[in-house]
Amino acid sequence: MRLVILEDYDQASEWAAKYICNRIIQFKPSQGRYFTLGLPTGSTPLGCYKKLIEYHKNGDLSFKYVKTFNMDEYVGLPRNHPESYHSYMWNNFFKHIDIDPNNAHILDGNAPDLQAECDAFEKKIEEAGGIDLFVGGIGPDGHIAFNEPGSSLSSRTRLKTLAMDTILANAKYFDGDLSKVPTMALTVGVGTVMDAREVMILITGAHKAFALYKAIEEGVNHMWTVSAFQQHPRTIFVCDEDATLELRVKTVKYFKGFKYSSLSKTEAILCNHFSCI
Amino acid sequence: MPSNKSVSDAPIVQFTNCRILRDHQLQREDLWVREGKILNPEKLFFDEKGSADVQLDCKDSIIAPGFIDVQINGGFGVDFSLATDDFKSGIDLVSQKILSHGVTSFCPTLVTSPPSVYHQVLPQISVRNGGGHGAGILGAHLEGPFISKEKKGAHPEHCLRTFEAGAFQDLLATYGSLDCVQIVTLAPEMKRSSEVIRELTRRGICVSLGHSVANLSQAEEAVQHGATFITHLFNAMLPFHHRDPGIVGLLTSDKIPAGRRVFYGMISDGIHTNPAALRIAHRAHPKGLVLVTDAMAGMGLAPGRHTLGQQVVEIDGLNTYIAGTKTLSGSVATMDTCVRHFQEATGCSAETALEAASLHPAQLLGIEHKKGTLNYDSDADFLMLNDSLYVQATYIAGEEVWRQDVSGM
Repeated sequence: MRLVILEDYDQASEWAAKYICNRIIQFKPSQGRYFTLGLPTGSTPLGCYKKLIEYHKNGDLSFKYVKTFNMDEYVGLPRNHPESYHSYMWNNFFKHIDIDPNNAHILDGNAPDLQAECDAFEKKIEEAGGIDLFVGGIGPDGHIAFNEPGSSLSSRTRLKTLAMDTILANAKYFDGDLSKVPTMALTVGVGTVMDAREVMILITGAHKAFALYKAIEEGVNHMWTVSAFQQHPRTIFVCDEDATLELRVKTVKYFKGFKYSSLSKTEAILCNHFSCI
Repeated sequence: MPSNKSVSDAPIVQFTNCRILRDHQLQREDLWVREGKILNPEKLFFDEKGSADVQLDCKDSIIAPGFIDVQINGGFGVDFSLATDDFKSGIDLVSQKILSHGVTSFCPTLVTSPPSVYHQVLPQISVRNGGGHGAGILGAHLEGPFISKEKKGAHPEHCLRTFEAGAFQDLLATYGSLDCVQIVTLAPEMKRSSEVIRELTRRGICVSLGHSVANLSQAEEAVQHGATFITHLFNAMLPFHHRDPGIVGLLTSDKIPAGRRVFYGMISDGIHTNPAALRIAHRAHPKGLVLVTDAMAGMGLAPGRHTLGQQVVEIDGLNTYIAGTKTLSGSVATMDTCVRHFQEATGCSAETALEAASLHPAQLLGIEHKKGTLNYDSDADFLMLNDSLYVQATYIAGEEVWRQDVSGM
């Protein structure tokens, strides 16, 4: 794995956004050759989305030939509910960019047959040629998407019941009223994300520090599902200083030694050539 | 990007780089329009997989719902209370001219007139949508003749009437037809007014209290029977008195039936009401304030003599008086001037000033589901304004019907 440690939330968001932007530009997407991106929700990626929108508005980045697949969606929440992940993606991302609505895929938590909806989603990913870059976050309980502790590390897109930790973490979006928080969600599986050619996990804040420790310094364990990515050939963990608080000094020093906070020489050359930012 | 064809082939227009008035706030959001209505872009994106056909850069303008004037007696030489042969072209002229003031819907108002005038004029007024031809007509506002002699203002005394004998039947006989009448102003202290108010309310006509010497209890009783509006607050009614606030007391009355709101018209041209009085009313009951122009035939014309109903009036600057007297009669203010003056005098936010001329009149008439807001599925009647609230462009049903000439003022 690569562990990229930035000073604070804003810098981590910017680094992640630049990385995604550069990947898309380097890929040179065009008609019939789309760049496929897996996307998360929640408070962590908001800064990253804002930056991507900025790059788009500056004319540096177009999403015309990008296909997106979101990780998850609540079950039973009306699609136009302000806290649905459809609303989140529309307000925080889609409405500001030039993506073709046919290429923005989000699971439908109100589908009449939920498992069929999940199977269809897997099929869509397959038909799109797989995911080039899957961006995700980490829950305080170490989950990726809604793959709660105990999820199979080879799981596929399916219906999951949310763990108490997750419900508590989400309560702030529902006026602090636990009874209003959805208890079930459709989510991509750990296996689904593992199939992506590249994975980038965003982790910021001290409250995620323990989960990060469990994910990268302890063993692969279905109780901390992000740990599965220890076995993925190309995963980057992007975090801020606060998120490293539970890591060993040795781990942090090793990865900081690579000076990822500015692009490495090779990447810098690549980027100049492809007019990245 | 191809736009979706599954729901409608009609072009989708996206107004960008603007601040829209929605949920009582100016928000940095785009405004989407299709087939004359405000479109929900999120629904378009997810349900129809659609996107905009045209994107228009609004250069950071404010976009607000079109103004609704519920009291306008005429303008540009046209008098709605005069039964002329070319009445129809007169109303067309005014409806076209007021587009530049930001008015997208209005209630042509008739002052106290003899029955013959009502019988001739009312059939020529029809409720109709606005468009390139002019602002939409919501229905007539009949101000009089069932009003108080003591508070007739500029209304001709010889045409005043009562409905003591036949109550509603008298009213109907006087007007001839109520088919496209939206508002009736009357004095509630008149005998049998309760029956009349109840019947008018039952027929969906808004009853307004004005030109009256009613005390607060009479006014409250009228509200209980269905009255919901006060015609030009402070003018042509008893002044506020601390032991009997009169009609003005309705603003803070505790006898308003639950779930109902009393609205009140204010002519904020700086003449009909002292700014301090305007502020008192606004602070006492901000949600009920409805800006009206009460403009008469002289509006838009040069100073001099003009007719208003059966009277001759004299315009001098912003003031209009009954010729030879100091009695105010109507105004020559335009709606956008009233909005700006209201904001200046009260120091309120742009949102508040704009809502007083759009949302509140729509709520008064019970049409806020389609007019007076920029909510999804509402009629796309809106204005582009600059930060000083000068109208730069007027749109009705999503089509531009007036634009500020860049060269002139």
